[in-house]
Amino acid sequence: MTPDEIEGGRAFLDVDLAATAIASAAPGHGGGMLDLLSGFIQELRAAGLPVSLTENLDAMEAVRHIPLDDREAFKYALAATLVKNHAHWKAFETIFEVYFSLRGAHYAIDEDEDSAEEIEHLLSELMGEGTAAHGGAMDALSPEELAELLYKALMEGDEAMLRALARQAVTRFAGMEPGRPVGGTYYLYRTLRQLNLEAVLERMMQAAQDGADGGLTSLEERLAKDEYDARIDGLRKEVEAEIRRRLVADRGAQAMAKTLRKPLPEDIDFMHATRDELTALRRALHPLTRKLAVRLARKRRHGRKGPLDFRNTVRHSLSYGGVPAEPKFRYPRPAKPEIMVIADISGSVAAFARFTLQLVYAISSQFSRVRAFVFIDGIDEVTRYFEGIEDITEAVHRVNTEADVIWVDGHSDYGHAFETFWDRWGKEISPKTSVILLGDARNNYHASQAWVLAEMQKKARHLYWLNPEPRSYWDTGDSIVSQYAVHCDGAYECRNLKQLEKFVEQLG
Amino acid sequence: MTDIDIAPRFTSVGAVRDGLRQVQYLADEGIAGVVYLADRLGKPVLVEGPAGTGKTQLAKSVAEMSGARLIRLQCYEGLDESKALYEWNYKKQLLRIQAQRLAEDSGASWSDIEEDIFSEEFLLTRPLLEAIRATEPVVLLIDEVDRVEVETEALLLEILSDYQVSIPELGTVAATQIPMVFLTSNNTRELSEALKRRCLFLHIDYPQLEREKEIVLTRVPGISDHLADQIVRIVRSIRTLELKKHPSVSETLDWARTLVLLGIESIDAEEAKQTLHILLKYQSDIIKAAKELADDGNSARPGGLRPGTAGSGTAGSGAAGSGGRGT
Repeated sequence: MTPDEIEGGRAFLDVDLAATAIASAAPGHGGGMLDLLSGFIQELRAAGLPVSLTENLDAMEAVRHIPLDDREAFKYALAATLVKNHAHWKAFETIFEVYFSLRGAHYAIDEDEDSAEEIEHLLSELMGEGTAAHGGAMDALSPEELAELLYKALMEGDEAMLRALARQAVTRFAGMEPGRPVGGTYYLYRTLRQLNLEAVLERMMQAAQDGADGGLTSLEERLAKDEYDARIDGLRKEVEAEIRRRLVADRGAQAMAKTLRKPLPEDIDFMHATRDELTALRRALHPLTRKLAVRLARKRRHGRKGPLDFRNTVRHSLSYGGVPAEPKFRYPRPAKPEIMVIADISGSVAAFARFTLQLVYAISSQFSRVRAFVFIDGIDEVTRYFEGIEDITEAVHRVNTEADVIWVDGHSDYGHAFETFWDRWGKEISPKTSVILLGDARNNYHASQAWVLAEMQKKARHLYWLNPEPRSYWDTGDSIVSQYAVHCDGAYECRNLKQLEKFVEQLG
Repeated sequence: MTDIDIAPRFTSVGAVRDGLRQVQYLADEGIAGVVYLADRLGKPVLVEGPAGTGKTQLAKSVAEMSGARLIRLQCYEGLDESKALYEWNYKKQLLRIQAQRLAEDSGASWSDIEEDIFSEEFLLTRPLLEAIRATEPVVLLIDEVDRVEVETEALLLEILSDYQVSIPELGTVAATQIPMVFLTSNNTRELSEALKRRCLFLHIDYPQLEREKEIVLTRVPGISDHLADQIVRIVRSIRTLELKKHPSVSETLDWARTLVLLGIESIDAEEAKQTLHILLKYQSDIIKAAKELADDGNSARPGGLRPGTAGSGTAGSGAAGSGGRGT
């Protein structure tokens, strides 16, 4: 254990857990621990994690078996009993960091005297004898020296030093003031801007290049960059954790957890997802498609029993002495539906359309045929982009850049798009086809041409409308969804993966 | 909970980790911690994670470490209680009845026979019952539990929470000792709440760089430190790509063994490219990774390999591509 960890462990004990109380209470737990844990669990529930009473009790029981000075073990004990879905891990981790962060006097916003000693120790270790001249503590370093120290620590991957440096950087650059109502991202941005990590990375790469005989091969360079990226990422996380710690110390765990509360991946709204959330969504989509495909296939096989399988029954009767005691049935093989997806890909709903297309294509083995059309004011078939392509992301990208979807001005015109669709592809809709329309039906006050949908419904097996807007926004402004919806077999609000999954399952 | 009281198997989290290390399973803090807790709380462990990260191996290693017998139930679609719990040996029962008929004069009544043919002698134990009835220490592994239907999951519930099996004709068979139970899942479907609630949850992900290197060093004999280091770095690099299936730990090991067999001391881009098919199982993945690895470092490296950048790059470009087109 490094001195830092020991220090952290002690602080963790002193402040968070009334350790002595727990030790002395024979069957139950100390009041402090109980309060803290139930606050923690309440916050988990508030964040959307389903924590049952049994699991709550299990967690209480589990922490009794864990040495309280081992923060990692404590964390895993809670995780194992409370979080039963890996997609919820991130939410758990954030809340855990807030509730059980390392706390102590020197984590308060106005400043640390007691950590100087430990930094001095690290400094002299890293820089050798020379540091004595600086008076030992980091506070005395000039910005240039600090940058140099950071560079060296990153080059060597010295974690203890990086931790100390992150703390120092936050003290210097974040400009945190107690009670100031600013979010953590603001402080993070300020700190990272001063550290200028891009330049540091460049310098590290240069050094690696110079250090090798005859330069690095491209493979070596790539590996070196990965390594440095990982270290810098570690530093960034450390800075983030440090800021969070100080904010918790300033505002209290409950308030902090509330500001950090984020929707779980399956609840993220397509329309308002941030860049990071989109990445999380895409990650969540992949396992979802697998699950969905398995479930649909199973449903097809086990939905109901088919006609009697005479041959199989006779064969099995042999073990009953020729008595057909166990009748066997054929598996039913209901026809797979053909799907036509018609998606609005204008800016406002693009993300939604992309996820739906990806999902439908990822499980296309469950449908006999999938055809995709995209429109803004013109419409184009994009099925070919998906054919023979293994990487759906790329196909979707090509759809967005290559499809011919602009007719006049590139503002959504549902009426014109539907009319064109009907003229060109309408006759291909068969009684086996399910047509799915995706869009917010914000038609920029053009003509609706809703008759097309009425015709479609007559020919198709099913006609569905998926709208990424909350139901309360429907038919406000230029949205004319209900004019279309009357002709559909169903119009659904579809704002997140959970709703999308539910819809697709019903399709199969 | 049951009131079976047995001495805990492990003294501390550290002891678990060391024990597993001795049987060549390198557990991280989380894995060791959960195994320790499972023992202390007498609860089953539900292990989830990508394929090939050592979920099944964990159960095997725990068995080996504690000197227990491993009883394995491989789940599949259509598994039922006669395959999982117990079955009456009806052939033997028929023989018994027939034998009785021949010796009708012996005076035994029907009720004697009935009592007789539903006795333990005619019971075929299946893995779950076997684990419960074992008197020596056992580790029960219920593999790929996500393959059974939701309804069949219910079969497991009694055994997982109470460590007992009810047989209508015989009564309840309770465990004499609490076996360690591991359930593995590849997450192809959501397991029922009831099952999850009864288990401790452990997600095993791809290991950290250092741990993976250690795994390679322990499991692949004759590999040099330098080569192992290169291998895990390249694997890490490949895992940041967006692929259909990422290389698992077992594939890393296969790759390492191949390279050792080929007598390669230090791997270069060309050799990496030629042996990629061991690491990756889809043609499209192989092409993609080969392209990335052979890519000349100085020319355009689109977005780099930084986790997140590669992902959000494509996500962003999609939105940006159409973003300019109005609404």
